[in-house]
Amino acid sequence: MNPMFPYVLGLADDALVSAQRMGWWISRAPELEEDVALANIGLDQLGQARTLLAYAGELEGAGRGEDDLAYWRDERDFRNVCLVERPQTDFGVAMARLLIFATWQSELYAALSGADDATLAGVAGKAVKEVRYHVDHAARWVVRLGDGTDESHLRMQAALEAEWPWLDELFAPVDQAVVDPAGLRGPVVSRIAAVVGEATLELPQTQPAVARGREGIHTEHLGYLLAEMQHLTRSHPGAAW
Amino acid sequence: MVTTTTKSRAWAVAARVPDPELPVVTIEDLGILRDVTEDDQRRVHVQITPTYSGCPAMETIRTDLIDALTEAGYRRVCVEFVLSPAWTTDWMTDEARAKLSAYGIAPPGPAGPTDGPVALSLSVRCPQCGSLDTRESSRFGSTACKSLWVCRSCREPFDHFKPL
Repeated sequence: MNPMFPYVLGLADDALVSAQRMGWWISRAPELEEDVALANIGLDQLGQARTLLAYAGELEGAGRGEDDLAYWRDERDFRNVCLVERPQTDFGVAMARLLIFATWQSELYAALSGADDATLAGVAGKAVKEVRYHVDHAARWVVRLGDGTDESHLRMQAALEAEWPWLDELFAPVDQAVVDPAGLRGPVVSRIAAVVGEATLELPQTQPAVARGREGIHTEHLGYLLAEMQHLTRSHPGAAW
Repeated sequence: MVTTTTKSRAWAVAARVPDPELPVVTIEDLGILRDVTEDDQRRVHVQITPTYSGCPAMETIRTDLIDALTEAGYRRVCVEFVLSPAWTTDWMTDEARAKLSAYGIAPPGPAGPTDGPVALSLSVRCPQCGSLDTRESSRFGSTACKSLWVCRSCREPFDHFKPL
């Protein structure tokens, strides 16, 4: 097994689990256009996840492909950060999380697109352009809700407070990291701070959560997400359509 | 012997395959078709690149390429997906832009730099009536590559191919 396997798997799982959460909004978003937007954002993330999972399978060298890795691993074998598996509660929370995650992905992919590893550079060079639209979408909603009514302002601030403790795991050290996670903190936080300021909100002062998703230790929410994502394949192994 | 000329007969066959989502344009018009090589054993190797990472049309395009080239007499067709260099709307031909517009989809403007915030479109011309008095109703339209607009002059909604 190539020692880069867990690192690439972590990036793949971040995109995969976030895509699954985005898909949840289809038919539940506040307006039809938003159903379509979040589905499209999820589809971009899923496309990134597929290429990264296929590459992780090659690095592992055990003959597992993208579908094997997506559908036949259990919770403890997933390496995504806990931020992306957190449950969907309200729309403000979803936009706060997307702002954090997409801004991080944007900085990560920009750095990875210059990597020596041709596959990672290829995925990142493509994804960095898509993710700009994700950041832009989340930022517009955070500003609209933050600088909106008294109620939307309160709820958008509460959403940021709820998601902020899960930000730190994105910058925690990872073995064999091609891009140093700690180096992304400055640019990511300053970009988010600019949006938060424009939204007349405050950057939260919350303590970091204990998050060990990169080691396979997850919140209780991931198991339910995987049960829904994997049950069809597991109930009908080998089914094709 | 391997021939890499882009003017080969195999390229001409592959270039006629339409995009499954936008059948008025071909995969060559859109810049999805990257390379076609054929050898003297009538084997063909095709490289295509997705517009977006998650583009669901890629599998259909692969099947359509295999069908078209097999029908043209090629014996073994291999279709490879390549990600690098990343596809950009700037690769679309002027002919493709004109065809999209006639089909009711406003073509993309220049893609610009890939870092920094998404550039603001000042206005997009309505493909129905030609008016510039239009507004964006959603940044994401019927597919990831399009946004949804409404014309204030003729009141028609229309898709706009986003610069990428």
